[in-house]
Amino acid sequence: MILEIDNLVKHYGQVRAVDGLSLSIGQGEVLGLVGESGSGKSTVGKCVLRLTEPTSGGIRLDGRDITHLSRRAMRPLRRDVHMVFQDPYSSLNPRFTIEQIVGEPLLHHGIASRREAGGRVAAMLEQVGLRPEMRSRFPHELSGGQRQRVGLARALILEPKLVVADEPVSALDVSVQASVLNLITDLQREMGFSCLFITHDLSVVEFLADRVAVMYLGKIVESGPTAQIFAEPRHPYTQALLSAAPVADPVRQRERRRIVLGGDVPSPVDPPAGCRFHTRCPLAYDACRTSEPALTDPRTSGHPVACHLVTADHVPDAAVNR
Amino acid sequence: MADALAVPVTTGRADRRRRLWRRFRRRPMPMAGLVLVAGFLLLALLGPLLTGDPSAQDYTATLAPPSGAHPLGTDDLGRDALARIAHGAQVSLQAGVLSTLLAMVIGIPIGLVAGFYRRWLDPVVMRLVDVTLAFPFLVFAVGLAAIIGPSLKGVVLALGFSQLPAVIRITRGEVLAIREMDYVAAAIADGATDRHILLRYVLPNCSSPLIVQATVAIPAAIIGESTLSFLGLGVQPPTPSWGVMLTTAQQYLDVAPWLAIWPGLMIALATLGFNLLGDGLRDVLDPRSGR
Repeated sequence: MILEIDNLVKHYGQVRAVDGLSLSIGQGEVLGLVGESGSGKSTVGKCVLRLTEPTSGGIRLDGRDITHLSRRAMRPLRRDVHMVFQDPYSSLNPRFTIEQIVGEPLLHHGIASRREAGGRVAAMLEQVGLRPEMRSRFPHELSGGQRQRVGLARALILEPKLVVADEPVSALDVSVQASVLNLITDLQREMGFSCLFITHDLSVVEFLADRVAVMYLGKIVESGPTAQIFAEPRHPYTQALLSAAPVADPVRQRERRRIVLGGDVPSPVDPPAGCRFHTRCPLAYDACRTSEPALTDPRTSGHPVACHLVTADHVPDAAVNR
Repeated sequence: MADALAVPVTTGRADRRRRLWRRFRRRPMPMAGLVLVAGFLLLALLGPLLTGDPSAQDYTATLAPPSGAHPLGTDDLGRDALARIAHGAQVSLQAGVLSTLLAMVIGIPIGLVAGFYRRWLDPVVMRLVDVTLAFPFLVFAVGLAAIIGPSLKGVVLALGFSQLPAVIRITRGEVLAIREMDYVAAAIADGATDRHILLRYVLPNCSSPLIVQATVAIPAAIIGESTLSFLGLGVQPPTPSWGVMLTTAQQYLDVAPWLAIWPGLMIALATLGFNLLGDGLRDVLDPRSGR
């Protein structure tokens, strides 16, 4: 396993951003971590990069426990993991040229001399589809899509084992999103890195991820192989998320029943007792309000769900109940 | 791929400096500022060599208007105003530039570290800054003069110290905002050391307000020097400074207005020069300012 997260907890003061989350990513695997804003998915990414220190739990990167490593001790391990940020405007130092930005990781890990670095950077820029003359430009001279390609080049130049992509396309124009997503897919196949792909948009993950994990209020409510999640979502929350994503086929789109969730995500300061989703779940019954369902796999197919209603011979349908 | 690899590295330091200079040279206002500041430096360096003794008194011509013998006139003791302006440039520019430099050299690192690391350091530094702000500047200057004697050195120390709180506050405030930027997180992920992040990411991105602060502080310190010298805490008579000249000129404003005009004009022009130069520096250092 490249990444193993075991019962990760991260509290910011009162806010329980991540509240007991476990997941693992294998060699060359892409895991889509899906959740609404405020579900704690970005915090997971920050913990993996050790941009913040977890409150408790364990994070193992390529077998090494990095949960409480100091900044200094973590530094050499950063060869193996990097990140693509959501905001292409604030994630590039405005005072650096593109060449400097992409060359930084090489510099800090003493991988290449200044002369060789120039070649490595040029090659990397070409790989992400940026023309060589972009090297001497400054970030503000680039479009959002180009900037995100720069961010991708920076993340990949050391050929890390794991890349955390935190909503890498959600700040981009829809027309640009697809090309950047395709680029990530191509590069992932070429270079074979593992990827924790964080997004609020299930449809983004459909063609990219091998597995999908759905997060709600700091916990995973369902995870499984992408095809299975899309074909047979078991948790009512996943079903609701899927019903919200539009389908390209207008005939099918018209026939679909949309599950509209009432209310907002409850505050992570004081998450609901019992199942965290019960305040918005159309199928909630008494047990959901008192006891918290464990993330188990009653149907034994590598597709665990945290819902009282999912049993060996029953899968709830949030749409039917309405 | 082979072509891309063959392209030479273009962002060497000398290259960067040349590019910055090119950007600077093309702007008329910063160039005017540079010319003014350079002119004043020349005045301070060469002026005293070209003019006479600033303390020589000519009792036959006290408070004389500008004339062939005294191009800028004379003061109440018959001393040549031109010579005093030229010699005073040294004191005034030193008081302005050195005190500001002192405050920047000490204040910026403190603000950087306090703002970046927070923890216990930040509240401690900020309370110290509050204490400094609450401390009366003149009392401090008097105390300093009592210890090291009234001198230009004391003026520079006192003025520098009085600017320190502002510099620390500005730096810290900027750092607090910048440390939350994704590019700092990205630098950490790059494997950058804290030193590198502070010097290459945080400091350059908080330079704009600091340059503005410096361009405001230098003229303020030139005036501040006159206050201290007027109180006998700064340079001692007969050593001239623009501030001292301005203060003396007040008494003779109706009979010899030129005595106030010359040092006033010098201070105004120096202020303008440093302002224009500062604006230009800020623009040139920020790649986003275009062209």
